[in-house]
Amino acid sequence: MNKVRKNKLAVVVFILPAAFLFLGIIVIPIFLSGYYSMLDWDGISEGMFTGLKNYREIFTSPSIGFPKSVVNVLLLAFLSLVVQLPVSLLLAIVLANGVKGERFFLSVFFIPNLISTVVTGQLWMKIYNYEYGLLNLLLRALGLDSLTRIWLGDINTALGAVFVAQLWQYIGYNMLLLYAGIKSQSQDVKEAARIDGAGSVRMAFSIIIPQLKPVLEVCTIFAVVGSLKIFDLIYVLTDGGPVHASEVPSTLMVRMIFFRNRYGLGSAMAMFIIFICFFFAVLIRQLYRTKDKEEKHVRYHKK
Amino acid sequence: MSDIIKNKIPRFVRSMLLLLWAVIQLFPVYWLFTFSLKSNREIFGENVIGLPREWLWENYEKALTVGHMLKYFMNSLIIAGGSILVTTVAALMAAYALGRLIWKGRNLANALFMLGLTIPIHAAMLPIFLIMKNMRLLNTYQSLILPYAAFSLAMAILVSGSFLQSIPEELEESACIDGCGTYGIFFRVTLPLMKPAFSTVAIFTFLNAWNEFMFAIVFVSDSRYKTLPVGIQELFGQYMSDWGPVGAALVIATFPTLLLYCFMSGKIQESMIMGAVKG
Repeated sequence: MNKVRKNKLAVVVFILPAAFLFLGIIVIPIFLSGYYSMLDWDGISEGMFTGLKNYREIFTSPSIGFPKSVVNVLLLAFLSLVVQLPVSLLLAIVLANGVKGERFFLSVFFIPNLISTVVTGQLWMKIYNYEYGLLNLLLRALGLDSLTRIWLGDINTALGAVFVAQLWQYIGYNMLLLYAGIKSQSQDVKEAARIDGAGSVRMAFSIIIPQLKPVLEVCTIFAVVGSLKIFDLIYVLTDGGPVHASEVPSTLMVRMIFFRNRYGLGSAMAMFIIFICFFFAVLIRQLYRTKDKEEKHVRYHKK
Repeated sequence: MSDIIKNKIPRFVRSMLLLLWAVIQLFPVYWLFTFSLKSNREIFGENVIGLPREWLWENYEKALTVGHMLKYFMNSLIIAGGSILVTTVAALMAAYALGRLIWKGRNLANALFMLGLTIPIHAAMLPIFLIMKNMRLLNTYQSLILPYAAFSLAMAILVSGSFLQSIPEELEESACIDGCGTYGIFFRVTLPLMKPAFSTVAIFTFLNAWNEFMFAIVFVSDSRYKTLPVGIQELFGQYMSDWGPVGAALVIATFPTLLLYCFMSGKIQESMIMGAVKG
C-alpha cells in the first residue's frame, strides 16, 4: 500500500492541474500586481519604476477621490454589521425556534441570494425609478409625495439606496448560516434552560448566541469583507455617481485600468483592496478570539 | 388565559414577522415576473402590481432575438459547465494527492492552496487580463473558465478534502491488495464514492460562474462569447425606456437557478453552508 501511496509520478499528475491554475491565475498575477503598482505605466509604452509614488498619489490626489471611496466602503461595512447581522440573527432565532412552515420560510429567505447581482441591481434600479418605481409609487399612494426623490441620483441617498439592495440580497444568506448553526446546537442545554424557566429572550442571549460565535465570526467577516470589495451592485446601480457619492475602490480601480489606461495607479488600488480585506479579516478573527479568551478567564475566576 | 398570552401571542407575532419578511424578499421577484409580461402602459400606471392583463410574450421574443439572450444563455451555460468541469477535476485530483498520497511538502502545498480562500478576485484582474491578451485568449470561453475555476479551486479542494477524510482508507487498501495501482484506486474506488463532494463543488462553482460580472465585462467584448449578466447590461442600454424586454431578460437569467433551487433547495443550502463554514 505504501508503495502505491508514494508513487512520485502520480503525485505530480494529480497535483498538476490544480497547481497550474493556482500558480498561473492567482499566485503569479498577484506578484505581478504588486510589481505593476510600483510602475508609472499606461500599458502601451515602457513602464517606469516609481516606487511607492502610486500609493502616495491615490491617497493625496483630490481629483481621483480614492479616500472618499474607502470611506464609502467602510460605511457600507459598518451598516452591514449593525443592520444586516442583527436582522438575520433575529430571523434565524425565530425560525429555528420551530414555526409552521419552517422549511418554506428558510427557502424563501434564501432566494435573493441565488439571483445574479446584475439582475438584483437592474431590479432595484426599477424599484428606485423616479416616475414609475415601486418605492415612489408607494410613497405617493401614502400621500408622502414630499419624500419621493431620485434615489440613485441624489448625493444624499445614492449610497443608502445601494445598501438597501445589498441588504435585501444578503440577509437570507447570513440567516441560513446562523440558522444552520443554531440547529446544530445541542438540545439538552436548551431543554435544561427551559426547565429552569428561561424565556425566549433569555434563551437567545444566554444559550444560543454565545454558542453561535464561530458562525457569527464567519458572518461578520463576510459582511465586512463583502462590503469592502463590492463592485457589481455599484456598477449597475450608480457606477459610483452622482459625483462620486457612491464611489467604491473597485469601481475606481476598473475605471482607472480599463478606461483610462492608468495601469500602475489601478494596480496600487488593487493591492490596497487586498490589503484592507486581509486586514479586516485578521482583525475580526483576533477580536473574536480575544473575546473568547477573556470570557474563559472570567469563568475561571468565578470558579 | 395565561397560557394564551404566553404561547399563542408570541407565536402569532413570530409568524407575522416571518411572513412580513417573506413578502419583502419575494415581492420584488414577483413584480419582476409580472412586468416582464406587461406593456409600458400597464407597468407605468394602469396596472402596476397586478398580474398582466395582456400577457405580452413578445417581450421574451425581443429579449431572445434582438437582445441575443438565447446566445448569451448558451454562453453562460458553456462557461459555467466548463468551470465546473475544470474545478472538479483539478480539485478532486489535488485533494487526493494532498489527503492520501505521501510526499514531502504536501502540508506546505495544502497551506498554500488554502491561502486562496481569502484572496479577492480583484487582486489579479489586470495581470490575468494581460496574460490572456498575450496568449490571445481574450474573447474566448477559456478566458472566463480558467479564472472562475482558479478562484473556486481553494474552496473545492477544502470540501473534497474533508469529504475524502470520511471515506475509510481500508477500502483503498483492499483494492490495493486486489492489485489496483494508484490510478486504479483513485478512479475505481475513491472517485465513485466522492459523488456528494462533486455535487457540492459543482453547485457553488455554477452559482459563481453563472452570476459573475466583473471579469465577464472586461475579458469579453465580442458578443459571440458574452455571458448573461453582461448581455443584460447591454440590453438595458438599448431598451432604456421599454421595461418589458429588460424584465424578460432578467427572468431568463434567473429562472435556471430558481428552477434548480425548486428541485434541490436542501442540497443547495447545504453547499452554501459548507462553503462558508469551511472557509
